Amino acid sequence: MSEAPLLEVDRLVTQYPVRRSLTGRLAREPRLTVHAVDGVSFSLARGEMLALVGESGCGKTSTAQTILRMVNSTSGTIRLNGTEITGLSQQQMRPLRRKLQMIYQDPYESLDPRFRVQDAVEEPMLVHGIGSSRAERRDLVISALERAGLVPAEQFLNRYPHELSGGQRQRVTIAAALVLDPDLLLADEPVSMLDVSVRAGVLSLLDGLRRDGDMGVLMITHDLSTAAHFADRIAVMYLGRIVEQGPARDVVRNPQHPYTRALLSVVPNRDPRQRSTPQILQGETPNPVDVPPGCRFHPRCPIAEPQCSIEDPFLRPPKATVAPDHEAACLLA
Amino acid sequence: MSLLEVDDLHVWFDLPRGGQVHAAAGVSFSLDPGERFGLVGESGCGKTTTILALMGLLPPNASLAGEVRVDGNNILAGGEDSVRAHRWTDIAMVFQGAMNALNPVKKIGWQIAEPMAFHGVAHGAAARRRAGELLELVGIPATAGERYPHEFSGGMRQRASIAMALACDPKILLADEPTTALDVMVQAQILDLLIRLSGDLGLALVLVTHDLPVVAQVCDRAAVMYAGEIVESGPMETLFHAPRHPYTRLLFAATPDLYGEDEVVSIPGAPPRLDRNRPGCPFRPRCDSAFEPCADQHPVLHAVGPGHEAACHLTRQPAGQAP
Repeated sequence: MSEAPLLEVDRLVTQYPVRRSLTGRLAREPRLTVHAVDGVSFSLARGEMLALVGESGCGKTSTAQTILRMVNSTSGTIRLNGTEITGLSQQQMRPLRRKLQMIYQDPYESLDPRFRVQDAVEEPMLVHGIGSSRAERRDLVISALERAGLVPAEQFLNRYPHELSGGQRQRVTIAAALVLDPDLLLADEPVSMLDVSVRAGVLSLLDGLRRDGDMGVLMITHDLSTAAHFADRIAVMYLGRIVEQGPARDVVRNPQHPYTRALLSVVPNRDPRQRSTPQILQGETPNPVDVPPGCRFHPRCPIAEPQCSIEDPFLRPPKATVAPDHEAACLLA
Repeated sequence: MSLLEVDDLHVWFDLPRGGQVHAAAGVSFSLDPGERFGLVGESGCGKTTTILALMGLLPPNASLAGEVRVDGNNILAGGEDSVRAHRWTDIAMVFQGAMNALNPVKKIGWQIAEPMAFHGVAHGAAARRRAGELLELVGIPATAGERYPHEFSGGMRQRASIAMALACDPKILLADEPTTALDVMVQAQILDLLIRLSGDLGLALVLVTHDLPVVAQVCDRAAVMYAGEIVESGPMETLFHAPRHPYTRLLFAATPDLYGEDEVVSIPGAPPRLDRNRPGCPFRPRCDSAFEPCADQHPVLHAVGPGHEAACHLTRQPAGQAP
C-alpha cells in the first residue's frame, strides 16, 4: 500500500472560543472553549464510504466543516491525496475545493428558489472556471443530472426547485457537486429531511457513485440503521472523539465500546416482535465546554471503574476477538 | 362503544385560487383506554390533518364531514362550541415541535398551570401543586417548574410539553411526531415515557409519525395512510409480518434495519396531488403489483383478517390467482 489514502485525518482538534459578554470580560470571567473536535483520527480510501455517527453535538458536523476548511483547526493534520491542507491559505485551498464537495441536509434550503435546475448545477462550474462555452457547460450539466439519476435530464433543466420533490431536489444538489468531478463527497445527513420512501434511492445513488466513480464518501448521520446498511465502515463519535470505529457490520454486531452498545440498543427495530430492552443512558451528553476528565464517557457509563475517571483511553484494538481495523477507546474493552 | 371513534372523517381545504384539497378522505378508527395506536405515512398523507380535526384546530379554510365520538358523543356536531368542551379535558395533543413552542419568558410550572385555570380544573396554589406533580410524572423534579425553557435540554422541554398536554387530565393523548427532532437516546426516553403513561394512566395514545420502527416498538395497532386515506390497518405484528397492501410492504422494505440483510429499496414516484379527483387506486402509479381493476375502481377498506383491514384489489383475488 504505497498510495496515500484519499483523506487522512490525524489528531484533529477544533475549538471555538465562547463569547463573553462585556460585563463578563470586565469581571475577568475565565475564557471558555468549546472542544467541538477533540483529537479525531481516521482515514478514508477511494471508493469507500465511512459513516460518522453520533448524537447531536458530538462534533461530527464540526469535523466535516474542518475538513472543508470552513472553520480552522486548532491542531492536527488533514491530508487530501497525501497533501497537507491544514496550513493552506484560502487562496491555495481554492483549486482543492473542487475536489471536496459537501451535500447538505436540507435540499429545501440549499437550493436557491429562483435558480432553475440548469443554473443551480451550472453555477459551481462558473465559480471554478470550468467549460469554455455555454453549450459545453450545458452538456456537463446534463451528464451530471443523469449521473444523479434525474433522467431524462432535459426535462429537469428548466424546472424550479418548488416543482421538484424532496428526493429530486437532493439529487440536484448532488449533481451540482458532481459537475466539479470531486474526489471526496461529504454528505451531512443527506436523507434525514426526505420521506422514507425515497431515502433509499438517494443513498443508493451515493453508494453507486463511490463504487463506480472512485469517490470517497464521508457520510454524517445520526441514523445507525442507515450507516449499517450503506457504509463500509462506521466511526462512532462522542463528545468530540471517535470512541469506536471499524467495519460497519462488526461495529453493529459486535460493539466493543459501552456507548456504542447503548446507542445500538435504543435504535427501534421495525419488527414489533423484536422489542429489545433499550439500555437508556441517564441524562444527556455533557457540554463540550466542560469535558469530563479521564474517559469522557465515564459519568454516563454503566460499567465504569475508578480508573476510568483518571485515564483517558485512546483508540486501540480491543482484547476481544474482532475484525481487523476494529478499534475502541475504552479501558475495559 | 369505544372511548374514541372516528367515523368516515373527511377534511377539505379551500385553496386561495379556487379548488379544494381533499386532505383526509374517509378516515375511520377507534381506540380503547390504555391502547396505543399509530398513524403512519409520509408527509402530506393526511395524518396531521386527521388529528388536528379531532382537536377542532383546523384552519378557517377547512371544511369537514363525518363523526368523531368521545364516549359516544359526537364532538364535531356543533362546531367549535361542541368541540371546546372536550379539547384538552378529554382529548389533548402534543404538537409537532412542541418543545420549541414553549413561551420563553414564562416559567415552565406557570405554563403547565395556566390551562388548568383556563379550563377550571385547578387554580392558584392547587394548580401549581398539580403542575409539580405532572412534572414528576414525566420525570422532571417538581422544583424545575421554577425554571425557564432555555434552562431545559431538548428532551426535558419535550417532557414538559407532554406534562402540559396532561394538565387537564385527558383520556386521549394525540402525539404528532413527538421524537422526530430528538436524538435516539432521548427518543428512547420519551417513547418509554409515553408507553408508561398509557399504562399507568389508562391514556389512549395516538402516535403520529413517519417512522415505522418507532410505531413498531410503541403501538399495539396502527393504520397506514396514503393520499388522505387509510390503506391498511391492523395489529402491528400483522402489518409487519403479513401486510396485505403493497404500500405497507414497500414502506417496510424502504426502512433500513440495523441487522437486516435485505436490500433497502425506495418506492419509485411520488404521492398524487390531492386537489383533483382521480379514478382508481391512489397508489397505482407507484405500485409493483397493480392490475386491471386498479386503474378505474377505487378500492375500499375491507376486512382481510381478524382486526385487519386493507384497501387493495389484490386482497379480493382468490388465493393462488396472481394478477
